[in-house]
Parts: sequence; C-alpha cells; structure tokens
Amino acid sequence: MDLRSMLRSKNREVFPNVTSLLVGAILLAAGITLAVPARAVDALAVEEVAPGVFVHQGRYEVFNPQNAGDTSNSGFIIGNDGVAVVDTGGSAKVGAALLAAIRARTQLPIKYVINTHMHPDHVFGNAAFLGEKPTFVGHAKLPRALAARRDRYLAINEELLGDSFAGTQIVGPTLLVNGELELDLGDRKLQLEAEPTAHTDNDLTVLDEKTGTLFLGDLLFSHHIPALDGSIRGWLALLDKLGERQDVKLAVPGHGPAAMPWPQAMADEKRYLSKIADEVRTMIKQGKTLSEAAETAGLSEKDAWLLFKEYNARNVSAAFAELEWE
Amino acid sequence: MAMQVTRRSALGIAATGAMLLGFAGAASADDVWSDLRRDVFDNREVVEDGLVELDAPYRAEDAAVVPVTMRLPAAAGEVKTLTLIVDKNPAPVVATFHLGEAAGKGDRMLSTRVRIDMYSNVRAIAETADGKLHMATKFVKASGGCSAAASKDADEALASLGKMQIRTFDAADAKDRTPPTREAQVMIRHPNFTGMQMDQVSRQYTPMRIVSEMDVKRDGERVFKMEGGISISENPNFRFTFVPGKENVIDVTAKDTEGKVFTATSAGKGA
Repeated sequence: MDLRSMLRSKNREVFPNVTSLLVGAILLAAGITLAVPARAVDALAVEEVAPGVFVHQGRYEVFNPQNAGDTSNSGFIIGNDGVAVVDTGGSAKVGAALLAAIRARTQLPIKYVINTHMHPDHVFGNAAFLGEKPTFVGHAKLPRALAARRDRYLAINEELLGDSFAGTQIVGPTLLVNGELELDLGDRKLQLEAEPTAHTDNDLTVLDEKTGTLFLGDLLFSHHIPALDGSIRGWLALLDKLGERQDVKLAVPGHGPAAMPWPQAMADEKRYLSKIADEVRTMIKQGKTLSEAAETAGLSEKDAWLLFKEYNARNVSAAFAELEWE
Repeated sequence: MAMQVTRRSALGIAATGAMLLGFAGAASADDVWSDLRRDVFDNREVVEDGLVELDAPYRAEDAAVVPVTMRLPAAAGEVKTLTLIVDKNPAPVVATFHLGEAAGKGDRMLSTRVRIDMYSNVRAIAETADGKLHMATKFVKASGGCSAAASKDADEALASLGKMQIRTFDAADAKDRTPPTREAQVMIRHPNFTGMQMDQVSRQYTPMRIVSEMDVKRDGERVFKMEGGISISENPNFRFTFVPGKENVIDVTAKDTEGKVFTATSAGKGA
C-alpha cells in the first residue's frame, strides 16, 4: 500500500499503528512521496522451528476486528534462491505483516505462496504478496472450492473483521497439485502432496526435505478444537497414513504451537475425531436424530480444547450427515 | 393450470430469479408474513393456537442444514397438509406435505433439514380437515444457507446422486404416543442445487435442480406426498411417524426437476 492510497482511505483504520500515521504525516509534510517502507507494518512474530523454517503462531480465536484474522499458523522456508510461503493468515493486513517478517530476514525473491486449503484464515493474506509476483500453489480442487465460496467468504469475513479486512481479496492458485509436486528453492526441496478429502476436500501438505518439517495445514489442530469441513472418515484414515511416514521429524499444525514432535502431535486430534465418530455412529444405530447428537456427542472432550463451544456441535452435525450414509 | 404455475413459483422456480435481482421490491421485514399469507394461503385466517408444534434451533450450527421438526397431537384430528415456511428465504415455502391415510390421526411427527438464508421466522402451518389453518412460529438465527457451497466433497456428491436409504425404527417415545406409531427415515443423495450456488468452471450459477416431489407409502397406503422447493437441504432427509400396518414396508418415489425418478423400498417388517 502506498502513502497516497493510505491517505485516500482516511475513514478506514488502515494504519497499523499511530506511529506509522505520524511517520506518514511527517513524510507528507516534507513533500516526500514514496512507497511506505516495510517497517511501517509491524512484522508478525515468527519462530525458527528448524534451520531456515519459520512459523508464526496464530491466536486461538475466531475472527474479530482486534485480531485482524491472525488466527492461524503461517510460515516460510528460505532456500538459496528464494522463499516459499505456506499460508498467509486471514487478511491482507496479516499477510502484509507476514511479508514484513520475511523481509526482515531475507531479500530473496518469494517464489511460491502455497495454500494448505480453502479456509479464509489461511488464504486471505495472499493479496499482500501479489506485488512479489510469486507462483500461487494449491490443491487441484482448491480453485473450485474457493469459487464456490467466494462471495460468501468475502461477505462474512468483512463483517467479522471490520476495518481490518481492508485490501483483502481472494487470490487463487495458478499452479495446481494433483498427487505430488516437488518445488526447489535452491538446494532445498519441498514435497507437496494433495490429500484425499479429510479436513476439507482440498488439503495440501508441504514437507521441507532438509529438516523433515511437515506443514499440515488444518489436517493438524492442537489446543484449538479441530473443525470438520470435509470427511471424518477420510480425516481419520489420512492421519493413520501420515503417521506411517518416515520422512517427518517435526509437524507444523494449522492451529496450535509453531511446531510439534511427530507423530505424537496427532494424538489428541485422533482421540477427539475417533470419539465423535464412535458416539455419532452409536446414536445413529440407536435411531437418534441429528439434533440430539449435536447436543450430546463429544461433550466429554469439552475441557480438552479451546473454542469447543464454537465448533463441537457443528463437527458433530457434519459427522452425523456423513456417517448416517454408512 | 394457473394453480400449478402459482405453486411452482411459490416453491422457488420463479422466485429464484427474484433473488438474483437482489430481492428487489421485497416488503419490509414485518410485512413478509402478511404477504406470504396472501400469496400462499389466499389471505385466509391463520391462527397460532398451539395445535401444531415446531422445533427448530434458535441458532443454527450450519445454515445449510437446519433440523426442523413439526408435531401434531392426536387432538388435531385429521390434518390435510403441513406447510413449512422460512419467511426470509428467496423462496419462502420450503415444502408442502399432503398427509395420507398412513400418517394416521394420532400423535404425528415430521422432521426435515432446511436451508436458511438469513435470520428469519420459520413457520409450520397445518390445515385441518375443517379447512382451518393453524400455525407455530420459531425464530432462527442462521444466514447464507441458500448460497452456501453445495457440498463438503463436491465429487462424492455427484458420484452418488440418486442413492436412497430408508430406515424404519421404533421411536424412543413411541409408547407415549396415542395410538402407538412407528418412525421411518428417508434419505436421498441429491445436491438440491438452489440456483444460487456458483460453479467454478463456468463462473455461472449452477442451475437449480431439486427434488420437487416425493411420495411416501407404507404397505401401499400414503403416509405423505411432498412438494419441495429449494430450501430443502442437500441430501434431502425426512423422518416421520406412521401408523403401523401389516408389513410396514415403506416405499418412496421421488422426482427431481430434471424429471429423474428415484425409487426405493425399505427392507420391510421394519424393526
């Protein structure tokens, strides 16, 4: 965002903080017109979880104007020739802050922006990277999923984020992954794998070969209750399959700590999803209804997760609608 | 055939167009019901006398799949139709259920899952044999149900279109009903495209395609016949009571707006 466009939209709270507002005013007073330096945007806090692999930990919250959509994990991997970004946060504002965090560490070109799946908290920051001209990468089913939800996602999230939504737009992938794809960042290879329907029908995992760090997107939740928007059977089956991988040392969840030991990282989520599936199957067998299940299934997990109230009944409903066809 | 045309438009075929134009000229919130009463019930008197009961969640978990249950007590006597309405939906009439002989005259229940496009009153209206209209109303907080993306797994949804499942079971509270009834559930795999969902390839709205008719019989006697609109959820799902018969075989014939016919029969002598 340049200074002029910032000033044009003076009714909106697009300034990251008062300091940058003052800096802007001073620059304007001095008759200086120039692009706002990256430092005007507060860089996201990131942690180097493995050499050259950085992760920002999102908050355990739902979208609100205060968090600006910073509710999911995002990260980047620096190779010899360039950088790959994995997920971009839930608004252009968060995306810009992630970009600032990258630029504080390297000036190498951003070659790829990879999205792990369709959800707004992982893709809405893409717009902030357009100026870097990266290749946007996603699951082969991601464009369809985003197109089908585009208007709705934009409308709801603008409402939830208020002014901090400014500049956000949906930027879909141009490089699609069907099966597997290898990307090279210069002496650093990434293995991308398009997964069958699990958390959503467009989940993509990213492995940094060098360090064995696997970005799972929302295939892995920790602390934050898992959210089901795909297939509970598919998700449980995929977790089993992923657990057999020998090339993974460290896992980066879509929501949770910046990095977790593998495969122990999956244990809580597996327990939760299995419990939901078991209880819902039993209720279906007993002739119980979807409403009855939504009220009672999974309640024993209440204290094990943050945001339980926001997601559990919905997860149960989705599981019920799937499992009643077994 | 004027009657037919009116009904079709109330069920959403013409109304979908109105929605795409932004629901221009729609009456203000409070007027919606009086307009509906005029359009759907010819301005006849509709009383909220507690005769029909309606269960719906105050806040929906998923606006595209909101469970609603209508109940009739034995005191209601013979009921000809049950009409389910979501005031603020682009096509407010969710469905009309014409109850048959096998629905009985005792305690009755009929439950389905609906789409709700914005915070709205949901209404169940029963027409009793004497021609009187009785209503129950519930306010539901939900939004976006009609334009929500078709499916969690788009490929799976198309691959299994038309698959049906029928279950019969003894309801937990069957013994409390007068006379005792049985319960059945009918499920159809069908996207029930509302006409308001975006298709990625064409960048156009996926044309409306819904299950528009469904006839449910027990041992050849009608339980109900439904005329449905776009507000019935994807994978239409109905759970209902019926009066026990000899075999308790439930058979279902459903038809969608493309003329496709789906039929299924339960295993019979249901549990």
